[in-house]
Amino acid sequence: MAKMTLEDLRKLRETKKSDLERRSLEGKDIEIIIGMGTCGIAAGAKVSLEAFLSAIDAAGLKNVTVKQTGCMGLCYVEPTAEIRVPGMPDTIYGKVDADTAREIVETHLVKKKLVENHIFDRPAADVIRN
Amino acid sequence: MHAVLGDFVVDCVQNSIEAGAKLIKVDVRQEGERIKISIEDDGCGMSRDEQERALDPFFTNGKKHIHRRVGLGLPFLKQAVDLAGGEFSLVSEKGRGTVLSFGFDLGGMDSPPQGRLAEAFLQALLFGGEHELTIHRRLCRGGREDEYRISRGELREALGDLDRAESLKLAGEFLANQEDSLEA
Repeated sequence: MAKMTLEDLRKLRETKKSDLERRSLEGKDIEIIIGMGTCGIAAGAKVSLEAFLSAIDAAGLKNVTVKQTGCMGLCYVEPTAEIRVPGMPDTIYGKVDADTAREIVETHLVKKKLVENHIFDRPAADVIRN
Repeated sequence: MHAVLGDFVVDCVQNSIEAGAKLIKVDVRQEGERIKISIEDDGCGMSRDEQERALDPFFTNGKKHIHRRVGLGLPFLKQAVDLAGGEFSLVSEKGRGTVLSFGFDLGGMDSPPQGRLAEAFLQALLFGGEHELTIHRRLCRGGREDEYRISRGELREALGDLDRAESLKLAGEFLANQEDSLEA
């Protein structure tokens, strides 16, 4: 396997960038915040992260930021992901396995509809910053 | 608690960021079945007393989760090392920084599995902030050493903000490629 250099990476980014310019989401940022505390990782958050990134890439979405946070206090429904789409309510999804991550991208991010059966509560008080 | 070695790395990098480090160096060296990992930072460091308390699972500084009374990151790492007969070293100086090193025999039945280090490195890069994070990965086999080095600054320069989904995906592919080329 050929070892990729930083120059290869820059070129790849330029190629992707021009592909992505074709589609814009009103120029506003969509945020995906994935719970990657110990509980999230134990439940498969790393697989969910990979699925989100692949689905966003496949959908050709731009202006999507992906962040991680610690335990959201919803360990019983990990992996969890909070989705913030301009014009839609901030939503915390639970039991976000790879299939659900793909569904969230296709339904919530692209079609602007909530994904049923995976919506859970707000974060616990002890993880909300003052 | 942690499933794979990379989870410990991510945990330690997060500790360094929370300690206010501007520079965090992750070094992973594997020779045969032995793996040694060190995380060095220039954060706030710990006094001798704080170093002892950091290994106590019933101690936390209470900043991260204000209602919690436990701090399990380092204690679980130390426990995993003790169970597997590995190496553990914590050297810290108040106001100067910390060097945490640990090692395992990957063939040991009590050692945590290595897991996919590229995933762990990507997760470590996902933490926000203006700190620099450097990764030095070495694999020694048959008297030959292969390695790669990458820094958060280089990736940001090549890809832009690393919290953009498209940048993150490319960074993940790049790290996986670096790992694969070591193993090839």
